[in-house]
Amino acid sequence: MSRNTRLALFACSGATLAALFVWGLTGLPAFGGFQGEYGQILNRVTGQERHVTNVVAAIVFDYRGFDTLGEEFILFAAVMGVALLLREARGEGERRVDIVRSDFVRAVGLASVGPVVLVGLFTIAHGVLTPGGGFQGGVATASGLVLLWAAGRYRAYRRASPHALVDFAEWTGAGAYAAVGIAALVAGSAYLTNIVGLGVTGTLAAGGTIAILNLAAGLEVTAAVVLLCHEFLEELMS
Amino acid sequence: MIPLQVVTIGLVALGGLAVVLVRDAVRQVLVLGFFGLGLIVLFMVFQAPDVALSEIVVSCVAFPFILLTALAKMRGGPK
Repeated sequence: MSRNTRLALFACSGATLAALFVWGLTGLPAFGGFQGEYGQILNRVTGQERHVTNVVAAIVFDYRGFDTLGEEFILFAAVMGVALLLREARGEGERRVDIVRSDFVRAVGLASVGPVVLVGLFTIAHGVLTPGGGFQGGVATASGLVLLWAAGRYRAYRRASPHALVDFAEWTGAGAYAAVGIAALVAGSAYLTNIVGLGVTGTLAAGGTIAILNLAAGLEVTAAVVLLCHEFLEELMS
Repeated sequence: MIPLQVVTIGLVALGGLAVVLVRDAVRQVLVLGFFGLGLIVLFMVFQAPDVALSEIVVSCVAFPFILLTALAKMRGGPK
């Protein structure tokens, strides 16, 4: 295709796309003008019904808790799949040596490990109070550990996250979520009904099973991301 | 729209352009990280802290990690 034809093609499709964008923008509701009735109801009643201030956590781990069970197991299955595929293809070979040459990168990177892990744990723990929760905090916690590899040595990362411990955390986190649901069945309610005492609004333990499921998700996501990085880095280092 | 929102939209637009214009793959990953940082600020400014947290996870942790390990693998691993 010649340069002119390509330019003409780009001009046509670019103009169409721009027109579609502008058309779409003019149809947007005003800023803050939310039309979803279900969301507005939840916004009103969640505080009294579930004693949590983060409505998103109440939706994710209670009102729509069953969807999140599915999401947890999607992540679980995906990580298992990666581990299965990559471990199969790997031979036992000489390890490469990874040395971070820049002192500055090493110092700043390793100094960030503690704070990043702390922010991650904070985000998990405060899931019922403020934005965030098990999913986002879990990845942040895991990324703090991955910094050990990025700014330090692969061996330091492996030593900080022993395989047996991470595997254990992975299935405990996923299993705990399902078990909380089954506990509700045993208590005579529907699956994943919030059967635990709701606690005092504004505390870390508020929300009953919301707080428990949030912690389970945090554990499972942290372990899943650490395991995923294990597999990718093992692939890279061997 | 408040001025801060206009400024962040502008920064995100510039960041997106910068990602496309950088030709070296490793540098592109770094610029992509800064572009993601712009998006995070944008979501915060538009009062969507949950989306901002998810964006931190995607653009500053997961995506650069996958890209950098893939690039390192293609080049034969760290020497």
